Order: sequence, then C-alpha cells, then structure tokens
Amino acid sequence: MSILIYAESAEGKFKKVAFELASYAKKIAESLGTTVTALAFNTTDASELSKYGVDKVLKVNDSKLANFTAKAYADVIQQAAKKENTKVVLLSSSTNSTYLASLVTVSLEAGYASNVVGLPLSTSPFQVKRNAFSNKAFNITEISTEVKVLGLAKNSFGIIESSSSLTEEDFTPTLSDNDFNIKIESTEKVSGKVSIADADIVVSGGRGLKGPENWGLIEDLATVLGAATACSKPVSDLGWRPHGEHVGQTGKPVAANLYIAIGISGAIQHIAGINSSKVKVVINTDPEAPFFKVADYGVVGDAFEVVPQLIEKLKAFKGQ
Amino acid sequence: MKILVCISHVPDTTSKINFTNNDSEFDTNGVQFVINPNDEFGLTRAIWFQEKQGATVTVVSVGGPETEPTLRKALAIGANDAIRVNATPTDGFFVAKQLTEIVKNGGYDLVIAGKESLDYNGGMVPGMIAALTNSNFINSCTEINIEGTNVKAVREIDGGKETVSTTLPLIIGGQKGLVEEKDLRIPNMRGIMTARSKPLTIVEPTDAPTNTKAVKFEKPAPKSAVRLVAADNLDELINLLHNEAKVI
Ligand SMILES: Cc1cc2nc3c(=O)[nH]c(=O)nc-3n(C[C@H](O)[C@H](O)[C@H](O)COP(=O)(O)OP(=O)(O)OC[C@H]3O[C@@H](n4cnc5c(N)ncnc54)[C@H](O)[C@@H]3O)c2cc1C
Repeated sequence: MSILIYAESAEGKFKKVAFELASYAKKIAESLGTTVTALAFNTTDASELSKYGVDKVLKVNDSKLANFTAKAYADVIQQAAKKENTKVVLLSSSTNSTYLASLVTVSLEAGYASNVVGLPLSTSPFQVKRNAFSNKAFNITEISTEVKVLGLAKNSFGIIESSSSLTEEDFTPTLSDNDFNIKIESTEKVSGKVSIADADIVVSGGRGLKGPENWGLIEDLATVLGAATACSKPVSDLGWRPHGEHVGQTGKPVAANLYIAIGISGAIQHIAGINSSKVKVVINTDPEAPFFKVADYGVVGDAFEVVPQLIEKLKAFKGQ
Repeated sequence: MKILVCISHVPDTTSKINFTNNDSEFDTNGVQFVINPNDEFGLTRAIWFQEKQGATVTVVSVGGPETEPTLRKALAIGANDAIRVNATPTDGFFVAKQLTEIVKNGGYDLVIAGKESLDYNGGMVPGMIAALTNSNFINSCTEINIEGTNVKAVREIDGGKETVSTTLPLIIGGQKGLVEEKDLRIPNMRGIMTARSKPLTIVEPTDAPTNTKAVKFEKPAPKSAVRLVAADNLDELINLLHNEAKVI
C-alpha cells in the first residue's frame, strides 16, 4: 500500500524538500503501519534517501523528463501511485509541486489538501491542519476519498533522520505526446544567489532603506548569512529591486527559518507572506512599527548604523 | 477569441479573520469582499485582449447572490457578460467541477483563473479544470501573449522564470505580472452604469462529490512579546539567534 513521495531534484541531486517530505512520510507510514516509496526523476544517486526513512525508490530515467513538465510528471506520479497501490501521495509546496498537485489529484480521483502544516491530526477520519487566509488562520480539513494527496508547507515539519534499508527499482512510465504540449523555450535562473524559495535565511529591506544605492547593506548581510535577499512591495514597485524579490500577500511567500526585516513597517499584506517563517527579526527606527508585534527579536535603531555593525559582528562570529 | 475569467470573491486583504458557529465557519460580519487579487490581474489582461486583439470576456463565479456585486464590478471593469453558478463553494474540487461545466458548454479558447484565492489558498482550481477538460495548462503564469492560436507565456519557477510555448485552447493559473499593477482597472461611472444592463446569467450547479471539507478553523496562538535588543548590544542578538533560536 505504501506512501508515495515525489522526491524533487535539480540537476540530478535531491532538493532539501525531498528530505523533509521523506521525514514526514516516514512518520505517517509508522502510524499507518506501512512503508515509504519515493519517486525520483533522473537522479544520479538515490541512496541518500535511505537516511530519511525511505524504503523503496522508483527511479525514472528518461531524457524526455530532463526538464520539469507538469503534465508528464503528473502522469508518472499517477502511474507510480497505481503501481504501488498508494493511498497517500505526498508533494511539497514548491512552485513545481503545486503545479502538479491538482493534475495528480484529478487523475487519482483523490482529495487534496495543500499547505499542510504538521502530521495528520487523525487518520480515520483523515484530518490535516493547513494554512489558510494567507497564514492568518489554520483550517482543519477532512479528506474523505480513498486516495489522499497532501502538499506539505515548506519548513513546517523539518528534516528528521531515520535510517532504512533502501531498495532501488527502475520504473518506466508510459508517456504520450500530449504530455509535452507545453514546450519550454528558455529558463532564467537568478544565478549565483540563493533563491527565496530555497533559502533558510532571508534578509529583506523596505522603504526605510531610502534608495537602491543603499542595497549593499542588505546584500552584505545576506552574504555573511548565506541568505537570500528580498524586499517589500513599494521597493519593487519603485524599481529599486526586481519584482521577483517582492514578498508578501501579492508577492512571494517566505517560509524561512529566519526572516530579517530591515526598514519594513510590517503592513498586514507584507506579514501575510512571511508569517510562516519561524524566527523574525526586525530592525526599524520606529518603535511603534507594527512589525514589532509579530517579531521574535527586535532592534529599535537606524538601519544605516545597526546593519554595518551587525555585519562586522557576524563576520567575527562566523570566523570563530 | 472567447475568454473566460474565473473570479473568486474573497475578503479584502486587510480584513480581520474571525470564525463563528463554534469555529466551523468564516465570520463575514463587517468583512469587505473583493475580486481575488490574482484574478484581478487575469481580468485586466483579458480586457487588454478584448481591446487590442478582439475578444469577448465572460466572468464566472461559483457562489450565492452575495457574489453578484463582485461580478458586477468585473462587468464595470469591462467584461462582456457574467455567469454565477448558484452554489456555496464547499471545496476546490466542487468549484472546479462547476467551472468545468461552464468551460465545456462555452467553447472558450482561453480560461484564466488565479493561481490561488486568498481565502482558502487551495491553489487547485485551475489545474483541476485543466485535468477535467484535458486542456493545456500553465500555472503561476506571469505573462501571456497570443498570436492566432499560438501562445507564448512566462511562468514563475522557484528561483527564476521559464518561457514556454503552447497552443489554444489553454487554461492558466495567473498572478501578478500578467499586467502591471498600475494598469489594474478601477470601474468608472460609465462602466458602472453599463454594467447594470450587461447580462448576468444564473446557472444551477451540477452534482459533485465532497472530497474534502473544512471541519474547523483555528487562529494562531497569541505570540509572546518581541525581545528587544539594544542597538549597541548586537552581540546579544547574535547570541540569541545562535543559542536560543538556533537559526544561525
Ligand atoms: C492589495 C494590497 C496588496 C499588498 N501586497 C503587499 C505585499 O505582498 N508585500 C508588501 O510588502 N506590501 C504589500 N502591500 C503594501 C503594504 O500595505 C505596505 O504599503 C508595504 O508593505 C510597506 O512597505 P515598507 O514597509 O517597505 O514601507 P513603509 O511603510 O514606508 O515603511 C518603511 C519603514 O521603514 C522604517 N525606517 C525608515 N528609515 C529607517 C532607517 N533608517 N532604519 C530603519 N528603519 C527605517 C520606518 O519606520 C517604516 O516602518 C499591499 C497593499 C495592498 C493594498
């Protein structure tokens, strides 16, 4: 019966979300008394999955699947789910997995819950807690179909090691031309930088930074921390930073372990996008800035004085 | 070209989120409802096609009579006609089933939905319509250009963007980027006047199974107060982040 996870990879290597999904799947498998099967596309070494409780990996090696193509990938997942007689399919909340999820759900006649935070509250009836209302509330959802598809919210479970003996099996799905109706012309990656979606730490600047010429501060702090850079909406609207960096309700969501907000007031639409980050640090001149109400740690002070000092101190700390 | 824009009627972004009836229902008391922001970008792009390339734009929403002002607003912005499927949306699949009926009966070339609506954030409706109608589908779409039946589009990926090509008929899950925010339309007086006489058809729902249901809502536990660190004591901040929060 097994639980099936889609183990996301890029350039042959598993992404961190694959390990988080495996850890999560292992826990559900324990409570349901079953095993975990991972589905891996064109990966070079699948053995890494054994560290996180995966019992079996179905390896798909097909050059046609070298690039993510939602319909084709969804078809492969559906075929793997049928083969394994899976009752629970686990996906992450990455942009690609979200693209797949509804296609997989319909083809398996399943029920789907996205943005799931944490283990099922009960497996009979099957109930999960998920983020709703742009992270301003949780919604407990019951899935009544035989097959369930869950999209796990990023960083909501964590990576837990638990060893298993892994069996590897080649899997050859049946694909049709119709699977490739959307053709990829080109891909542009933000190169040499950590992307907001993959980052554990995000350093974000707001209008308080006064202008694009001051962004060196944000970038230097991000470099010391190995962080991605982000910004509030007016900053990208003003053209100080690219649109891809705008976080919030209408921008990108950030579910980082650490979110550092510098010169950002903390408007409700901004907070909605970063709420699911674990630890929030705010640096702001205004002690009344609403961001302090949702922050874990705060510094009331001028970014132009605080940030350079923080960079120096962090360099010393990292150099230890 | 016939375009269908799916409109979700959602609480305004600044709304206070509360629940009633033993936390089993969203409390609409005092809440302002708006066109879902992702859908608003899609609607404006559809109007652009209507004005620049010749297209008819139909808007559709699944909901009770309370969603009509939202549909009228979409008509005032420039949609040609509106459809309301007279049912309370219970889950994403239910909504997708209703919209699929409309898509199948209407012969649309392009269906624009938002990549997610800001209330339940399910992010499943556009993909489900695509799967149920076996249509081409692009999610998280930030740009779309059409010539004849050829489509060039850009979609967001984690850490970048991807340019793709395909053909009509097509379904997209759209978002910010489809048009510039400054180009979003606000209904003007003339639009509001003409919207009154545009057709708004009410359609009864089709049967759909209940695959999922929202049984209860919870609000996040109240947060403990922020720990303030003096600006001249940043070693303390590093110490807290390292030893207490364990994030660096
Ligand atoms: C429908 C809708 C959707 C929206 N979606 C988003 C969204 O997705 N994301 C988003 O971010 N916003 C969004 N907004 C905008 C949001 O309401 C706020 O306007 C925005 O977040 C404010 O950005 P800010 O904090 O950078 O700027 P400001 O509000 O100008 O705040 C700047 C802050 O910097 C501080 N400051 C000034 N100088 C310094 C200094 N030297 N050192 C330290 N601090 C300093 C100030 O005290 C102030 O708190 C949306 C709005 C609407 C209506």
